[in-house]
Amino acid sequence: MNALRIAVADGMTITKRNALKIRRAPDLLGGVVMLPVVFVLLFTYVFGSMIELPGLSYGEYLLPGIFVMAIVTSAQITGYTLTLDLRKGIFDRFRTLPMSPSAVLTGQTAADLIMNVTSIATMAVVGLLVGWRVHSSPAEAALGFLMLLLFAYAFSWVTATVALALRTPEVFNNVATLLSFPVIFLSNAFVDSARLPGPLRVIAEWNPVSTLVQAARELFGNTSAAMPAPDAWPLRHAVPVSLLWPVVLLAVFAPLATRLYKRAVSR
Amino acid sequence: MTDMIVAEGLAKRYGDVAALDGMDLAVPEGTVFGLLGPNGAGKTTTVRILTTLLKPDAGRAEVAGLDVVRDAARLRARIGASGQYAAVDDHLTGAENLEMVGRLYHLGARRARQRARELLERFDLTDAADRPVQGWSGGMRRRLDLAGALVADPPVLFLDEPTTGLDPRARASLWEVIGELVRGGTTVLLTTQYMEEADRLAHRIAVVDHGRVIALGTADQLKDQVGGDRVELSVTSEADLRAAARTLAPLAVGDPHVDAAALRLTIPVAGGAGALTSALGHLAAERITVRDAGLRRPTLDDVFLTLTGHEAAGEKVKESA
Repeated sequence: MNALRIAVADGMTITKRNALKIRRAPDLLGGVVMLPVVFVLLFTYVFGSMIELPGLSYGEYLLPGIFVMAIVTSAQITGYTLTLDLRKGIFDRFRTLPMSPSAVLTGQTAADLIMNVTSIATMAVVGLLVGWRVHSSPAEAALGFLMLLLFAYAFSWVTATVALALRTPEVFNNVATLLSFPVIFLSNAFVDSARLPGPLRVIAEWNPVSTLVQAARELFGNTSAAMPAPDAWPLRHAVPVSLLWPVVLLAVFAPLATRLYKRAVSR
Repeated sequence: MTDMIVAEGLAKRYGDVAALDGMDLAVPEGTVFGLLGPNGAGKTTTVRILTTLLKPDAGRAEVAGLDVVRDAARLRARIGASGQYAAVDDHLTGAENLEMVGRLYHLGARRARQRARELLERFDLTDAADRPVQGWSGGMRRRLDLAGALVADPPVLFLDEPTTGLDPRARASLWEVIGELVRGGTTVLLTTQYMEEADRLAHRIAVVDHGRVIALGTADQLKDQVGGDRVELSVTSEADLRAAARTLAPLAVGDPHVDAAALRLTIPVAGGAGALTSALGHLAAERITVRDAGLRRPTLDDVFLTLTGHEAAGEKVKESA
């Protein structure tokens, strides 16, 4: 077998292992699926009754934001699982096997992609039940979901890198929570960034989360002529920029995570 | 006979601490070699280098004729390793765990499944095979971990403290399995803190301390080196303990060891059972009440005390039996 075929076969073996783990540990999947569902319901019914937007309902405006929030949160599962595995010594076993060293990370991120499909599908269904509608063409909507999953996959490599640098599940959890909340909330995911005060508005407009949310809104047709995209460059070109982000993230973080994995297990 | 494992002058430092400081080993094909030493002696570091998990700072090592650094990738197909923390996946069943390892050895789907069943049967795990490992006992998990090391039927096997933390029954059953492997011709490097384990399984034993070998030989040679049998007795008061130490001093062939807290006295003797009888005679004549007395072979603690002048550090070596 050549190296690439070994890498693909080993990656699939590890994907299967991680997918089984997700199925047997419903607490992880539950957290990833239930939290966004709770958010959909809370935001739609609590804030939705207060917040009025020109030209569209808050529920329609909200759902793309919830999708992106779920992606950012569930990517943390990748990092967290890696730190748990590091602690348990299972990587020592892997490293003594004649397997491809990249397979642990490709398998882990692939399994987490399966989890993301489940989570986004659940949210879309719940969203449709509470009034979210897709106003674009089927092709655009499909591109929207594809873009979200692509971003989710790439972002898994970012959390994998952070996890392999930090090494312990406790530290990783703290850092991930501390970083992900500002990144999610300092954006246009839940509020109109144009109405934020000066410096916060600039941060929110250049936040990649905002770009992705804006792109999702455009592809699902959840925009309104009365609320044009702000003047910031990434928001003006939200869809192409959002498709470029995963490429950049993968180019930087996939090699970095692989290097850190090799170092983390050889001590 | 060719040596399946050779190490020359292995060194590894972690900051200021020298984990390995010139480790030399030679293990002939088809034999069991025991690395005996306390926590922190360098046993695990040695195994990690020999199993390609770690690169040495200095020195070289070959396993099955392959250099552990240069030929690491090829070597991995020829070794099996089982660690002190069972490297099994809690959420997978026993069968799934072994099948996964088989797939990663590139046995192919059908062969991996078949091999998993064979090993589960051989290790007496068939009943639990399709339950997640989460609910298994410590002994069962170790057996599964060992089975994982055997999936590709490797000619060289590394066992890092295979029974540490197990209860006596689980330990005995694991010893059975390892004994069988050795009869099958596998070369084994075993690390342990237990003299009894090395005694029972290893053809030759290296005692390690501070990252180097300080004594080498068969179990009997090592025991003779530390002075043969010991009379160990406990008394009922500190006054009696002092009196007993004084009375028995002429019988001792080495330094007596007095444990005041446990009211226990250990003296190296020559002459086996005769020495015990005469010791008890002397004590009876002095009217010292003996609560418990016995003759025993040296333990790892004794070997350490004699060879290094300090007690086996870290986890105390006390058999639960």
